[in-house]
Amino acid sequence: MPGDYNGNGIWCIAEIRHGALVPTIYELLTAGRGLATALGQPLCAVVIGGPGKASQAATAVAPRGADKVYVVEHAALDAFLDEAYGAALKGLIEKERPAKVLFSASAAGRSLAARVSVLCGGGLASDVTEVSVNGDKHLQALRPVYAGNLISQVSVRRGPEMATVRPMAYSRSEAAGKTGEVVPHAVDPSAWNLRSKVLGFTPEESKEIDLSSAERIVSGGRGLGNPKGFELIRELAHSLGAAVGASRAAVDSGWIPYRHQVGLTGRTVRPRLYVACGISGQIQHLAGMSSSDFIVAINSDPEAPLMKIANLAVEGDLYQIIPAVIAEIQKQRGEAGTPAAAAH
Amino acid sequence: MHIVVCVKQTPAGSVPVDAATGRPKLDAIQWGINPFDEYAVEEALRIKERVAGSHVSVVSVGPARAEEAIRAALSLGCDDGFLVSDAAFDGSDPNATGYLLSLAVKKTAEVKGPVHLVLCGKQTSDVGAGQVGLALGAWLDWPAAAFVRKIPTIDETKAVVDRMMEDGVDAIELQLPAVVSVVKEINEPRLPSLKGKMAAKKAPVAKWGIAELSADASGVGANSPTTELKTSAPPPRGAGIKVPGATPQEKAAFLVQKFKELKVI
Amino acid sequence: MDYGLTEQQQEIVNIARQIAQKKMRPVREHYDKTEEFPWPIIEEFKRADLLGAYLPEAYGGLDGGVFELVLVGEELSRVCAGIGLSVATSALCAIPILYYGTPEQRKRWLPDLASGKKLGAFTITEPGAGSDATSTKATAKLDGDHYVLNGVKNFCSTGKAAELYVVFASTNPGRGARGISAFVVEKGTPGFSFGKKEEKMGIRASWTYELVFENCRIPKDNLLYKEGYGLFVAQSTFDSSRPGIGAQAIGIAQGALDETMSYVRQRKQFGVPVASFQAIQHMLADAATSIEAGRSLLYATTRAMDKDNKPAIDKAIAENKIVYDVMKELDTRRWTKESGMCKVFCSDAAMKVTVDCVQMCGGIGYMRDFPVEKYMRDAKITQIYEGTNQIQRNEIGMMLIKEAASHAKELAAA
Repeated sequence: MPGDYNGNGIWCIAEIRHGALVPTIYELLTAGRGLATALGQPLCAVVIGGPGKASQAATAVAPRGADKVYVVEHAALDAFLDEAYGAALKGLIEKERPAKVLFSASAAGRSLAARVSVLCGGGLASDVTEVSVNGDKHLQALRPVYAGNLISQVSVRRGPEMATVRPMAYSRSEAAGKTGEVVPHAVDPSAWNLRSKVLGFTPEESKEIDLSSAERIVSGGRGLGNPKGFELIRELAHSLGAAVGASRAAVDSGWIPYRHQVGLTGRTVRPRLYVACGISGQIQHLAGMSSSDFIVAINSDPEAPLMKIANLAVEGDLYQIIPAVIAEIQKQRGEAGTPAAAAH
Repeated sequence: MHIVVCVKQTPAGSVPVDAATGRPKLDAIQWGINPFDEYAVEEALRIKERVAGSHVSVVSVGPARAEEAIRAALSLGCDDGFLVSDAAFDGSDPNATGYLLSLAVKKTAEVKGPVHLVLCGKQTSDVGAGQVGLALGAWLDWPAAAFVRKIPTIDETKAVVDRMMEDGVDAIELQLPAVVSVVKEINEPRLPSLKGKMAAKKAPVAKWGIAELSADASGVGANSPTTELKTSAPPPRGAGIKVPGATPQEKAAFLVQKFKELKVI
Repeated sequence: MDYGLTEQQQEIVNIARQIAQKKMRPVREHYDKTEEFPWPIIEEFKRADLLGAYLPEAYGGLDGGVFELVLVGEELSRVCAGIGLSVATSALCAIPILYYGTPEQRKRWLPDLASGKKLGAFTITEPGAGSDATSTKATAKLDGDHYVLNGVKNFCSTGKAAELYVVFASTNPGRGARGISAFVVEKGTPGFSFGKKEEKMGIRASWTYELVFENCRIPKDNLLYKEGYGLFVAQSTFDSSRPGIGAQAIGIAQGALDETMSYVRQRKQFGVPVASFQAIQHMLADAATSIEAGRSLLYATTRAMDKDNKPAIDKAIAENKIVYDVMKELDTRRWTKESGMCKVFCSDAAMKVTVDCVQMCGGIGYMRDFPVEKYMRDAKITQIYEGTNQIQRNEIGMMLIKEAASHAKELAAA
């Protein structure tokens, strides 16, 4: 029943993705600090992973604002597996009884949160953009629904109260001047009844920047006219240090693989800069990117929906605009960077 | 093998918003099968075509009208449909919905034989939590994998699935029964056939309520672990600046100047 | 407008529309450009049961009639008449088998045409015999249990892609028009080959081939009805198939108008959408009015036609008889005049509407990047094939005179 669960502490679950700590933990710590302050409770991080990896990640996390860092380390946790991670975290939650648990809304974070919330009997708000506590100290969250047409305010009434937080929704916590206490938590996988295992991992061949946590994204749409247009998009993305995105229309036309798709049926992104090239801006696309900090639209149609919501709308033929932009960036960098320019 | 595919009925187009209340206006809209669930249905049918003697049951939690979503799945080639519907279930959150579906999966096994695989779409197009399939796996205490973009091998005892992560693809072996949530990349859903469509109109769809499922009402409907307090329109995004300039070069210069101000370059 | 469709007819429209929008629209430009045959889309038609919508249930169809054929043709052509054409040519092959085939012949060929396992085609035109089919040069000579076919047929729609062909050849050249007979020839029969592939103005997603018969031996059982009935078989087949061309035309016109509507509403000149100009509004109004008139004529005619023909078809199937024989028994009327009217009116409307749509879209309307010019190219064939509109008018005129004469006779007798 609501109210039966009495927990203490705000937990942020770190993710070690194929060996590397994902920096979204620092965003969670920022979000979690707000809750911890409001409730007067400690802020803790939890790092789960394979031998050596979790403890190493914990040393990176400890100085970034957590009062305590739990380390759950075992060979059975080397790769993310719903069952194993779920059982491990359930054990820790039942032992320590946190009040609130925050996860990153990544593939692993969402999988783990859903499983653990059921295993521990808690409520879960998924893919939220903001967390807070309400008058009766329950976790409250905002999450976009109906393709971003509406914002839903959700109250989590059963503890442990959980949420998965959208990457980029919070800024990253900085080093806090003090280092959280690292607390190891031992697990015994023989009690877990695992019926699944990770056979292997194939990294994306390209060294492209991951879309969902990218700070800058350059996206192309149907307006490119043909698959070759993405060469231009990649070139612009390269010069901006940005990830490459695409609209559904471009993906459905077979111009670029699905993993680049931004929007309701693709990935939700929230970069600092989103450059949309030849994307008209159907509601499904806007749902995936409209919360970007700064939006630039390049389109020949000034009436395109994206041109209406963009901070900067560039009307014109993208095949003329983009090369000019690339040239201008090179010019700016060149002038600043060459000794000849510096000598003047 | 017996595959259960979970579908939800969602608005077929964009949903108008009542400006005064901030609530979605759902009275006069068209409904359809959740587009993400179409991939789950298609994958179930492809497995049925691959593994001889397979049977596909469709389950949906929703009001009476959700029967149409079940019929849509039947018209594509699914064999049986079951609707989980009861006034006490209205307003169930994703975890509660997962609980109801877990009861329905068990009930389906009683009626149609042991279930080997449950397929779900990645998320719904309305609430979009992407949580139900995963919660269902936990309620059933079955292994689960979400964001699956391929099922390279499957038989009645185990499946190998490719799970799409942010940085690549995990290959995961699941002992069956298991719950798998699929992404759009997994297939291209078929369209219904006319004969399937006409047959689906007449097909019986059993309705299961709180009594049939022996459901515990303390955690579903209005008693769900989370509750929606209100909805409101997102803060408006003000119209920006039209980049000035007579030539592409002038426009580019303005844009790059702005990039510098934003410290992008 | 509510056209009073049954539940099944509404589903036929829905599914044809979904295939057209989801599967055909993204690729129509490709097929128009390359003139490749749209096999992946044919698979969609097959899976959806669209190719048998107009055929009796006994052969795996949906038990519809010409009206269902019209509904399918209209929806597909609204997106791409070239891709949709294979449904019409299969019908052109199935209809003579349905009406003139023996119960065995029906059972042999119709299920495959209904399921789409095989596409069908129909070939009567020759280099020297277009509107004048009486000058058919191809011959079929009886030799024991076989007919031996010789000659060349051209402009065969869905040629080479189809598996079954209804072919017209003279079994008795001395008798002219009365010497022509109809046969079913299967692809792969020795002596049957494909000649030139035509490059066309429109409907480029459909193949058009020359068929060559050189001592092609086909079983005697492949003769449809009786020797000498070929021209009659052809003409009465057209009675049922011409509304299909009308449907194609209305679909093309509607598709062009759909594209034009969305363009003129968003295209701004002099600071306002061009749709706000009365000159454009009048053209839109005329286009929509002629489409609606054509559709009404089509729907009314084909419904009446089905109401008339269906009992004969059902009776023939129940009693194991040839449909045409039962029609004679029941004194079922012919629909030459009305089906010709459908084709003439709808195809002329489509030509006018598509030319006007290009005009309304201005410069962009003339460009290959924009779909409206394709509709205009596709529309033209509907005024030509299955009997030019001039020939149609001859027939309609002749029928009118005949009807007036027999009416006068009745009055005199009374």
